[in-house]
Amino acid sequence: MATYQNIFNRVQVHGEPDMGVPLPEGGIWERGKAGFNRLIGRFGEAQIGPTYLGTTGLLSLIFGIAAFEIIGLNMWASVGWDPVEFIRLLPWLALEPPGPEWGLRIPPLNEGGWWLLAGAFLTLSICLWWVRMYRRAVVLGMGTHVAWAFASAIWLYLVLGFIRPVLMGSWSEAVPFGIFPHLDWTTAFSLRYGNLLYNPFHMLSITFLYGSVLIFAMHGATILAAGNYGAHREIEQIVDRGTAAERGGLFWRWTMGFNATFESIHRWAWWFAVLTTLTGGIGILLTGTVVDNWYQWGLEHGFVPVYPDQSTTGDPAASP
Amino acid sequence: MLSTKTKVIALCSVAVLFTACERPPIETTQTGFRGTAMVDVANPRLPEPELGYPAALPPAGAGGPRAGDVYQNVQVLGDLSVAEFTRLMTAITAWVSPEQGCNYCHNPADLASDDVYTKVVSRRMIQMTQHINENWSDHVGENGVNCYTCHAGQNVPEYIWFSAGDSAFGNKHFVGWRDGQNMPDVGVGYTSLPSDTYTMFLKDPVGNQSIRLEDEMFSSGELGLSIKDAEYTFGLMTNWSQALGVNCTYCHNTRDFSNWEQSPPTRTTAHHGLNMVRDLNANYLIPLKPEYPDNRLGPHEGDAPKAYCATCHQGVNKPLGGADAVSDYPSLAGR
Repeated sequence: MATYQNIFNRVQVHGEPDMGVPLPEGGIWERGKAGFNRLIGRFGEAQIGPTYLGTTGLLSLIFGIAAFEIIGLNMWASVGWDPVEFIRLLPWLALEPPGPEWGLRIPPLNEGGWWLLAGAFLTLSICLWWVRMYRRAVVLGMGTHVAWAFASAIWLYLVLGFIRPVLMGSWSEAVPFGIFPHLDWTTAFSLRYGNLLYNPFHMLSITFLYGSVLIFAMHGATILAAGNYGAHREIEQIVDRGTAAERGGLFWRWTMGFNATFESIHRWAWWFAVLTTLTGGIGILLTGTVVDNWYQWGLEHGFVPVYPDQSTTGDPAASP
Repeated sequence: MLSTKTKVIALCSVAVLFTACERPPIETTQTGFRGTAMVDVANPRLPEPELGYPAALPPAGAGGPRAGDVYQNVQVLGDLSVAEFTRLMTAITAWVSPEQGCNYCHNPADLASDDVYTKVVSRRMIQMTQHINENWSDHVGENGVNCYTCHAGQNVPEYIWFSAGDSAFGNKHFVGWRDGQNMPDVGVGYTSLPSDTYTMFLKDPVGNQSIRLEDEMFSSGELGLSIKDAEYTFGLMTNWSQALGVNCTYCHNTRDFSNWEQSPPTRTTAHHGLNMVRDLNANYLIPLKPEYPDNRLGPHEGDAPKAYCATCHQGVNKPLGGADAVSDYPSLAGR
């Protein structure tokens, strides 16, 4: 049976749940129970738990739920508390930031105050979750790579919702909480600041985003393709080259002349992912604060192609 | 191997997925410099829209007594001959009230009476039509407009707007503020953009509320236009796009929306169209409010019905399919 020759198979073998390495004593939140779920086992490890909540996790959840409720109840109120309309129109609904007339002052709750409150709670929740990620990694004796990658995403979130609005002097520059509304905001943002596609940091961010996808696909495919030689045992193959690593590496040298190692491919992936939001955040931060029109900036820096004029009259409002 | 059942389900799913699609080939016409993706897209298999525009009535003699001398209370078209006047009245009936006939505007007992509000409105609409044809050729060109351009055989044109008032702002108390947006609205293509772009941009006289997003920040040292302002302009542009059945590149090179030199001449026409609509609303349509009965006024603010791009365009870039609307009725152009 081919199934047994590869650890990527549908066979689920359950023993006692693995409760992990011995850890320092914790409070009541800190050691949950563990069990197995056959359906979950089809997608990953069948074991559920033990979970660890802890003080930061608990506080993070409380603030996160508070933000979620503020956003959701505002959306629901905006359709007159009609539950059917709430579900039907959910993709269109949003909690809007204050209008430009408020600058950085605190408006009444129903004119953007709820947005500020939800943003503050969500930020608190996310930052507490970051602390939790960092501290759990330290306790387990791991590196803190996950926390720092998360920090890169938090950087973009803070630039969009806090740092840039503060630099611009207006909460109205921030993003609404909503599905379509935040997408329309993105287009309006690009329209207002002269086409974000000419922002070099946006270019870098897109490059790293698509690069992350490419690297993920290449790495995932390589591991799966060499699974029958033990490629899934990646960690062992980092230090002790087995036949899977050799075949995977040779495959890429054959096809593109170069291969990442089983260790470095994860650094490639980590940096590409981290740089996506890092460069993206820089690009957003510069927009409106340093550069007001990215198309003009591109013209001045010589990377915008020049086409023949289409209009012979120019701006009709400018003509006498 | 996939089972037959799986294959059937997969095939059906694919079929359902593509039901809303128009099959290729689609005709594209290049409208801008190569490589800028400026194309008009059209499906050659779609039927031509049926306009139902009535054929021009046979010409009437220009001689004889003037309508203003023969009939009472002819304030606008009094210079026409009686035959020309009757011909135009007949045409207007076919354009605006083909079912109700003359009595939609006239008191049958006294045709000269201004008792019926529609007669007063019609008079002003004839003046507006003349004004458009005489003074807004920058937008309507030589084709001009007549009553049918907007009315299309209906008493009230299909595409009119009323102010949304506070209704676009959601719940006013404590929670549920929408800031004029975030509700699917046909006027902005079912996006979540601000929906009442009409009141924002089309209500006031020419030049009052700029729709432009160009750099003001460094020159004035202030914030300039905010992203929320940009959303309003974006909403208005979506409205225009729908009204004309065109995409952005019909008027813009989208790499730099604000740049006039790279924009096709259509954008200049649109610029004049915006000012025309503002002029018509401010000077003709809004002042008619006292004439209307309540059921013709807006549901939120009780305002008069007003015009926007779709009022004439009705989904096509050239109203009436580009037909000449005034040559057969020169009195509508003051000719």
